[in-house]
Amino acid sequence: MTYQIADDEERSGGRRFPWPNPGPRILSAARSGLADYGLLIAFFAGWQIASSVEWLNPAVFPPLDRVAYALYLGISSGALIDDIAISLQRSGIAFGAAIAFGIPLGLFMGQIRAVERALDPILQLFRQTSALAVYPVFILMMGLGEASKVFVIFWATLFPILLATIGGVKEVDAKLIEMARTFGASRLTTFRRVVLPASVPSIFVGLRLSATTALLLLIAAEMIGANKGVGFQVMNAQYNFQIPLMFAAIFLLAFLGLAANWVLILLQRRLCRWSPNTP
Amino acid sequence: MSSIETRTKGEVTIRDLTKSFKIDGETLTVLRKVSLDIRGGESLAIVGASGSGKTTLLRVLAGLEEPDGGDVLIDGAPVHGLGRERAVIFQEPRLLLWLRVLGNVAFGLEVQGVDRAEAEERARRYIRLVGLTEFETAWPRQLSGGMAQRVGIARALTVQPEILLLDEPLGALDAMTKMTMQEELTRIWDEEKVTMVLVTHDLEEAIYLADRVLVLPKEKGGSVRLLDIDLPRPRDRNGARFVTFRKQLMAEFGLH
Repeated sequence: MTYQIADDEERSGGRRFPWPNPGPRILSAARSGLADYGLLIAFFAGWQIASSVEWLNPAVFPPLDRVAYALYLGISSGALIDDIAISLQRSGIAFGAAIAFGIPLGLFMGQIRAVERALDPILQLFRQTSALAVYPVFILMMGLGEASKVFVIFWATLFPILLATIGGVKEVDAKLIEMARTFGASRLTTFRRVVLPASVPSIFVGLRLSATTALLLLIAAEMIGANKGVGFQVMNAQYNFQIPLMFAAIFLLAFLGLAANWVLILLQRRLCRWSPNTP
Repeated sequence: MSSIETRTKGEVTIRDLTKSFKIDGETLTVLRKVSLDIRGGESLAIVGASGSGKTTLLRVLAGLEEPDGGDVLIDGAPVHGLGRERAVIFQEPRLLLWLRVLGNVAFGLEVQGVDRAEAEERARRYIRLVGLTEFETAWPRQLSGGMAQRVGIARALTVQPEILLLDEPLGALDAMTKMTMQEELTRIWDEEKVTMVLVTHDLEEAIYLADRVLVLPKEKGGSVRLLDIDLPRPRDRNGARFVTFRKQLMAEFGLH
């Protein structure tokens, strides 16, 4: 009888090509950091140099130290903090509502074939309609204020979550459900103990997809009709020719996206340790 | 070492069981008036060519399929649908990947309303019985095929059924693991004093494990045959009488 515990490092594809002589720990950590982030560091260094010696037009691509300074000024004066707060609030409410609405509805739809069949065509239509295309409709309905902004993000994030949840439920192995039944599990128990946990990895795929979409729609909505928010700041800084500030806001948005994804991955690792597909 | 007489519970009576399926508008009769008495604590193997209805018979016994006609009685009382006195071991282990070995083995009891602490306490006994104590906290994906199947066996035993229904439980294992598991099943059956109904396409496995072998007819309308395997346990696969039984059983299928 054989027994294998998959080595965590091996599974994550960590160091597949060990250096012949790893040397001290710090050195090897530095090497691995260089392998992962070397190109990114080179990109930033190249930008900084090219802009400083004016290979790039510094009016369009200011040196990174000026971008960093603009970011520092914006944050220390509190101006950017307000923008971040309002942006987080908009996307947070919309994303939260999409989760609160999409996951239960998806679980329900995935369970009951008739409901799923009846709703699927309309879902497919809505999903294929770009949320940005219907944003003007939401503006007509709700005005240019917060409601239409939150709603367009909610609309765009709802479908990935909903469809991933339905997919997760539908793909649960019928043999596992049968197994639970042989022990006398009720429909509710089977749902709680088998269907729900089996769907979690798939739901996370939807959540991570939606988080990206949420950010995209947030920026678009803030560029179209807002006087606050990080997306607004990108546009506004450009109008006012505050290019370092513009880049500061762009980097801030990228960071928000990375942070959201990172939080979701941490959560997924906690909830789906068992799954071979967990990142 | 046979425990047939020590057990009065777990008796199964099958009367004129009929089951057919509709496939593309055509009716395919799989079981035609099958009758059989399974003694409490007996180990019975069901063999037959594919399509002979052996798995269907087991699924009807489990309550996973409704028969079209006839009765199933357990300890004299007619049964319909699933019941706690029966547990099924499938060909695939059917483990829940999000539960560790202990959680999987305790699953059946928990589903039946036993609180977690007690379910796990009782599960540990059967994890020990199948020799997996060291792997209580392992995840299913870390187990080999044979070990995963042991977890499935322990899970079924933990609910302490009177009747254990096994649907080609070792069919997916390699030859050597299979033989080891057959020895394990013999030991477990002997310790647990449970009625065992085993569907298999492996004739040697049937002779190794069963007190009696039920041969389902290949052609429609043929009659069911029963073969008594009165060999002492543990059985010697190469013993003269074992080989004779194998020849006899192979002849039933026109094999040599």
